[in-house]
Amino acid sequence: MLGYVIRRLLMAVVILFASSYLVYVLSAFAGDPLEDLRQSRDPNREALMAQRTERLNLDVSPFLRYFLWIRGALGCAAPFIAQCDLGTNLQGFQVTDLLARAMAQTILLVTGATILAIIIGITLGIVSALRQYSGLDYGITFMAFLFFSLPVFWVAVLLKEFGAIRFNDFLRDAGFSPFTIVFVDIVTALAFYSAAYGATRTKALISGGAALAVMLLMVGVDATGWLKAPFLGIPGILVLGLLGAVVFTFLISGFRNKRALYSGLTSVLVAVIVYFPIQGFLDDSMTWPKMFALGLVTLVVGLGIGYAFGGYDRGQGMRVGGLTALWAGGLVLLDRYFQSWPAYVSHGRIRGRPIATVGSSTPGFNEGFWLTGIDTLTHLILPTAALMLVALAGYSRYSRASMLEIMNQDYIRTARAKGVSERAVVMKHAFRNALIPLATLIAFDIGGLIGGAVITENVFAFTGMGQLFIQALNVVDLNPLMGFFLITGILAMVFNLIADLLYSVLDPRVRVKA
Amino acid sequence: MTTQTPPPEGHTQHDDAVAKVAEEGIDGLARETEGLSQGQLVRKRFMHNTAAVIAVVVLLFVVLLAITSIGFGPIPGWWKWGFIEQPPLVDGGRPTLRFTGLGEHPFGQDNLGRDLFAMTMRGTQMTLLVMTIIGILTGIIGTVIGAVSGYYRGMLEAFLMRVTDVIIIIPLLVLAAVLGRTAMTYVGPGIWRVVALGVLIGLFAWTALARLVRAEILSLREREFVDAARLAGARDRRIIFKHILPNSVGVITVNLTLLLAAAVLLETALSYLNLGVQAPDWSLGRLISANQQAFTTRPWLFWFPGLFIILICLSINFIGDGLRDAFDPRQKKFNPKKATEASGHMLDETDGYSVVDAGAHQKDLPRDIARSGADDEGTAPGPQKPV
Repeated sequence: MLGYVIRRLLMAVVILFASSYLVYVLSAFAGDPLEDLRQSRDPNREALMAQRTERLNLDVSPFLRYFLWIRGALGCAAPFIAQCDLGTNLQGFQVTDLLARAMAQTILLVTGATILAIIIGITLGIVSALRQYSGLDYGITFMAFLFFSLPVFWVAVLLKEFGAIRFNDFLRDAGFSPFTIVFVDIVTALAFYSAAYGATRTKALISGGAALAVMLLMVGVDATGWLKAPFLGIPGILVLGLLGAVVFTFLISGFRNKRALYSGLTSVLVAVIVYFPIQGFLDDSMTWPKMFALGLVTLVVGLGIGYAFGGYDRGQGMRVGGLTALWAGGLVLLDRYFQSWPAYVSHGRIRGRPIATVGSSTPGFNEGFWLTGIDTLTHLILPTAALMLVALAGYSRYSRASMLEIMNQDYIRTARAKGVSERAVVMKHAFRNALIPLATLIAFDIGGLIGGAVITENVFAFTGMGQLFIQALNVVDLNPLMGFFLITGILAMVFNLIADLLYSVLDPRVRVKA
Repeated sequence: MTTQTPPPEGHTQHDDAVAKVAEEGIDGLARETEGLSQGQLVRKRFMHNTAAVIAVVVLLFVVLLAITSIGFGPIPGWWKWGFIEQPPLVDGGRPTLRFTGLGEHPFGQDNLGRDLFAMTMRGTQMTLLVMTIIGILTGIIGTVIGAVSGYYRGMLEAFLMRVTDVIIIIPLLVLAAVLGRTAMTYVGPGIWRVVALGVLIGLFAWTALARLVRAEILSLREREFVDAARLAGARDRRIIFKHILPNSVGVITVNLTLLLAAAVLLETALSYLNLGVQAPDWSLGRLISANQQAFTTRPWLFWFPGLFIILICLSINFIGDGLRDAFDPRQKKFNPKKATEASGHMLDETDGYSVVDAGAHQKDLPRDIARSGADDEGTAPGPQKPV
């Protein structure tokens, strides 16, 4: 294994050298870095051109100039021997600084989108595989094909119009007319009817229930002015928390393990009990490390509850307790953000239009932990949605295929034959194995994502890696461009290796050649 | 379906159902394969896929509409406006497309009065042109490099595959953007710049196909019919092109189709970033980027070009899916409704899974997943989608 990894890494270094050389030469011949000066009417433009040529060694042929660049770049690989120097851009800023700033922005952008796309995509894929050839399956399959064919810039412009501009207009005098409620209700009922599985009576019951729930929700939202001043409060946390506990119990252990269910319910109760005492702690003195510590405490408490309930399978109870505790903690946090929401919307810089269309934050907005947090979230929501929608399709197709393959294996039939419940068959025997090929795919995707959101960043004016690349390319600014490529190339290589190693670790049938 | 054994004595109702399905299966199989060439079989299976057939019709319609409406090169078009003319604005440029007819400006006009239908058709032409060039070049280069390295192995394979490795780690969008910028620098505006863009991208986009073809050839070259051909004295070239490649035509066609869909998105994305097709020519991506600010006032300028991108891309994806099913030898003629009913009779507790559709959903497994493993090459991704 170690030998294999070392061999792969050595190979990766050689390949990285070769492809960075290729990119360097190709980009160097893509245009003229002095073009802006050639067209300027500045009297001292000759001097400026000479200065830039001198600073960037533009008089050296690109075939050789690469080696000047790589000498500095190698310093980044061996920081003790030489200095890390990726050069400067046309304006004279250090590329390392530019990259650090751009990376932070891009990571902010892609993290949420990737996690959401993976969770939702895999869930959809698994569900459609379990209900193969049903209306739901056909619906999801068609949506997957559609999303796969959507250009991301088109989705992004649509989201800007309907998710931000129109939605902000709607929030101004938020409320539903009776006509809207009836219309949404009919659509919900139809959607649930075609998606439900079973006898006609069951389908009718399910769709009727869903429609009733949606109607009550909309009337409630309308009556309480929820859209203006959203809240969860004790009732919301209790209801949603208990729902979470039930779902986690069902997925992880099944209802026959009563102790697991009890530990989930207890976690929710604890969250409700500490709701008031903890509010004083969640003030503007909050910081991200403190938040992380709180999350950790929540997890430990949840696991402890599961441990205390014990039983024949303590691990299941602990998992249910821990997950439910995190879920309930997240609800308390959401409630805290909701409390700051009216203040954010009516803030002088926001002026009642909370959902932003460009940038990663309102310039100069710094109003304490909670308001700034909301500001970041409202800026992230649209680009995240665009990236997620586009990435979703691939995951749902792959997980459907993988799940179908697994569900057809002999050991699944064996499990069913010996009387294992359908839940255990799906969650324990099939789902885990279906994740193996997906693990490699996910590792692969993450490697490509850091440099991959070029268009999304462009549409939403996010100053991340993609923007850095496009701006550098437009003026043929080689140093930032190569910095961008170096990061994406290294990440692609590393995650490629991780994907392969992951596969051999997860699937014992695959062995790497040592 | 193929591995059913006759039921033992002492029939139950279930056994009868099994036997019936099994007989039908074997009969159906025999009838289907009798006296048909591989091409006929594939065509027949493809024609049974309604979605794919509709997709072919839609794609053909779009291509014909784009070429005949405003004409292309020497071909004259039947549409009255060109994509550069600026007729006077009618009714604020609103679309006149109705069920009754096209009207003066079916897709509407932009603020200068230019006819959006003509511009969209021009954009579709450019998108299809780039797609075709990329498809042809990628198909030829990828197949030849994959076949040669898979067949000859040794130093040649090592060299070609390392070249592939070097190119494949550059994200396709990044590479294409650099090449688009190059085309902008060296080729003057006009149709030749578009052609140059397609050629440059085609020269670098073959890597994924080459890997897949190589993997396919590696397994085919060990088969008996290749040995037989070699014993009969056939030359390498004949073995590769007459014996091996026809057998891997499924892999090539399917992956090429998926690559075409990716190429459409790639070209529109480049043009959206202003690194692809440029003024005064139109691409579907450039139409959207030029008109996105006008969404509130003239939404139709945004809807129609987007609709055409989705139409082209969606139909190609459906065709690719249909081809994958059609080329898969494990797949038999398959009716999902029938299978669900039959399985309902046979095994009540299996949620619709049964021996009847055993071969059926193999088709859904993407080839690169089926192949992926920890070998030297790393995991082969599908065509990248620009995001």
